[in-house]
Amino acid sequence: MTAFILRRSLQSIIVLLVMSLIVFVGVNLVGDPVDMLINPEADQFEIDRVIRELGLDRPVAEQYWYFMINAFQGDLGRSFVFGEPALKLIIQRMPATMELALFSLLIAISFGIPLGVYAGLKPTSKISRTIMASSILGFSMPTFWVGIILIMFFSVNLGWLPSTGRGDVATYFGITSSIFTLDGLSHIFLPAFNLALFKLSSVIRLARAGTREVILQDYIKFARAKGLDEGRVIRVHLLKNIMIPIVTVIGLEFGSLIAFSTVTETVFAWPGMGKLIIDAIYNLDRPIVVAYLMIIVLIFVTLNLIVDIMYSFLDPRVRIKGVS
Amino acid sequence: MAGKIATTGIVPASGWRKFWSDFSESPTAVGALFVFLVILFIATFAPIVSPTNPYDLASVDIMNSRLEPGSQDFDGNTFWLGTDGAGRDMLSAIFYGLRVSLGVGALSGVVALIIGAAVGLSAAYFGGRFETLAMRIVDIQLSFPSILMALVILAVFGKGVEKTIIALVLVQWAYYARAARASALVEKNKEYVEAAQCLALGDRRIILHHIMPNCLAPLIVVGTLQTAHAISLEATLSFLGLGLPITEPSLGLLIGNGFEFMYSGDYWISIFPGVALLITIVSINLVGDQLRDIFNPRLQR
Amino acid sequence: MDPILQIKDLQTHFFTKAGVLKAVDGVSLEIGAGEIVGLVGESGSGKSITGFSIMGLVDAPGRIVGGQILFKGQDLAKLSPAEMQAYRGNRIAMIFQDPMMTLNPVLRIETQMVETILSHDGSVSKIDARARARDALGLVGISSPDERLRAYPHQFSGGMRQRVSIAIAMLNRPDLIIADEPTTALDVTIQGQVIHEMQRLCQETKTALLWITHDLAVVAGIAERICVMYAGRVVEQGPNANVIAAPMHPYTTGLLGSVPGQNRRGQPLQQIEGMVPSLMNLPTGCAFQNRCNLVSDICSSTNPDATSTKDGRLVRCHNIAAGDSA
Repeated sequence: MTAFILRRSLQSIIVLLVMSLIVFVGVNLVGDPVDMLINPEADQFEIDRVIRELGLDRPVAEQYWYFMINAFQGDLGRSFVFGEPALKLIIQRMPATMELALFSLLIAISFGIPLGVYAGLKPTSKISRTIMASSILGFSMPTFWVGIILIMFFSVNLGWLPSTGRGDVATYFGITSSIFTLDGLSHIFLPAFNLALFKLSSVIRLARAGTREVILQDYIKFARAKGLDEGRVIRVHLLKNIMIPIVTVIGLEFGSLIAFSTVTETVFAWPGMGKLIIDAIYNLDRPIVVAYLMIIVLIFVTLNLIVDIMYSFLDPRVRIKGVS
Repeated sequence: MAGKIATTGIVPASGWRKFWSDFSESPTAVGALFVFLVILFIATFAPIVSPTNPYDLASVDIMNSRLEPGSQDFDGNTFWLGTDGAGRDMLSAIFYGLRVSLGVGALSGVVALIIGAAVGLSAAYFGGRFETLAMRIVDIQLSFPSILMALVILAVFGKGVEKTIIALVLVQWAYYARAARASALVEKNKEYVEAAQCLALGDRRIILHHIMPNCLAPLIVVGTLQTAHAISLEATLSFLGLGLPITEPSLGLLIGNGFEFMYSGDYWISIFPGVALLITIVSINLVGDQLRDIFNPRLQR
Repeated sequence: MDPILQIKDLQTHFFTKAGVLKAVDGVSLEIGAGEIVGLVGESGSGKSITGFSIMGLVDAPGRIVGGQILFKGQDLAKLSPAEMQAYRGNRIAMIFQDPMMTLNPVLRIETQMVETILSHDGSVSKIDARARARDALGLVGISSPDERLRAYPHQFSGGMRQRVSIAIAMLNRPDLIIADEPTTALDVTIQGQVIHEMQRLCQETKTALLWITHDLAVVAGIAERICVMYAGRVVEQGPNANVIAAPMHPYTTGLLGSVPGQNRRGQPLQQIEGMVPSLMNLPTGCAFQNRCNLVSDICSSTNPDATSTKDGRLVRCHNIAAGDSA
């Protein structure tokens, strides 16, 4: 088990290094680094100074070395637009994005699993067919478009929910979040639902596929032969078995939730990391782009690692060595 | 006395007929296919079927801007779906937009298919270090969400038509590679490959002429679903202002442009292109879904 | 003694897209209290479906379409799912063939045993239930039962898993256990042990046992009565010794003759020619007609009824020796 963790951690570190190399190469070698790293408004004197400061006149390998050293110390450059260290800006915005992503995940799971299991148990019923048809719809509709529709409906037409921004925050158990206030909830609901919709159809399909496979297994039949009521058979015997692949996929999909939040945050003007990077790409604020990429890669690699470890915990066949 | 096995018998036909009888088991898929063909027709012949050319500056009048669906201009032509902020006919804009969206989506899909299939087939056939390395790269790339990859590529290389297509190709090839390798692995172990090798046919010939035709089915399934995905991704990128330039607006850009007008109630500028996009993607997905069910050996048919 | 299980003319059919599959088509048999009965037949004979029909576990698209399953006087075929649930695992228990797949791989043995007790008797405390589970494991010969309770199924070998299944079956002291090929998936050496265990347990606890198998040799050792099934019907049933020593139905004869041990060295193996007819297209008349060496004209027109014989058997054949019938 420990060997497994060590090996996976090593792999993750390698991936991190490779990605950092790719980011570095992409930013510094493709195109003109002068354009990329220096504020386009600077005059020649300023440009020369920054070139020396950033070491752009040094050999490439040395530049990469300094890039990594700085990265480790948390220095990923300064934003052109805000003048603040890029890393600091991103970290400031992270809680908002995390909050949105987690809430979306919660919605996707709490609705997705029951719907999917139902569709798996009664695949030919009208309700199941509707669920599956809607899931194709949910899967096909681009996130940004759903967001627009939601805004149009609930904000512009009905005026029930606000369309932009984040609500008030409150702190409980040391966590500061906007879901603890009513105003916050009304602001987070639409964007979270928007983000969740895409995942919802994934979860439904997974739960359905898993259910259809597991329900045919001998151990389900045996559970019924023992006289257990169907409710327990589904809640305990079925659910625990389909959760393993679902949790794995959800863990990985959480990363894509964070990625897609770039779109949702733009549509709903939600002040998270995603909006930051879209604006940064627009404004050619390269240091933020670089910093964001590094952070995202870090999040992803960590997420993959955690999911791998979690998988081995959940499946006792992997966790405990068996007889054969 | 020799016994006989009684058979009940629906003897399946083979080839195209069988394919069509399987496919048409789902009326939804058939309907979706029809819809898609209509869209394809519109997209290909947009300049001919479209009522106006919205990008011909001479024919566009700012006085017509933001008219509601169904309103008419001075000459009595009806703007069935209204006009946008510059006075362009929405219906025509959508037709042209379909052309760009489908074109970019399909082109990137085809290129990605070729590259991905080449890598996947070779990896499966030659095996060894090459396979391990190639598949590692594929796995790592697939573990990142497509939108992120596209953002990275566009952030680094900039905007534009070619760059968007390159970004889409780079995002998609991995899916094709994985599918190609999986089915090639299955085929590789079949006897006809061994027979071909005994005949000392060249590797390239074996791969292209013998293995690949048998791998086409899963690749086609991936192709349809990925094309829908590519169209959706391109729309998202264009909406964010990062994809295609204004001179060749795709549906995504139209939606993005119309976004601001929504708050003042001129919904049609954003919504109708969105509906068109939705219909396109859904129809492709439905067709792809049915294809996948047909070609899935694990479902009893 | 009154039989505890009486199956009368049971019919279980499967309604598929390609046609109606008559898996069980007129099966009648009896099991006395504490009696061990062997139900023998090849794949597709309907023996497993018979077992599932008794338990009410026939999967769609199949269902019981006719006949009665009288368990202590109560017709199980007429019960609602909820009522049947009260019987399963409680008064009638079942053991399956593949011990690898029977136990849920992600739940502990303890959980799977305790839930069987608790779902039928809510008044038992968890601690008592656990104690009963531990005793049951000891009963089937599993050492260090406390540790074993906390373990997961994949930590057991095949033979031990099957013992756990047996223990689970016996937890609520059922009147009847249905064992569907319980030793087929086990190693030969383990087979012998498990057969012996089951025989001992059933005799000690006076539990009736219906042993379903394709292997005549297995039940020849422990069954008191043997039923032979072919193509959804019981073709011969009677006391063990009689059926084995002097089979009357041509299929039974063929079955006994095909056991390799019966043949002399150097002689070609005997076999029954032909193949089982499709259960969707059973011929009119006797199902065995195209493979039978006693076949006559009447066999292709009328399905033989069960005839009683003098030595306590029931045989479905037109051509059994007249002197043998009662």
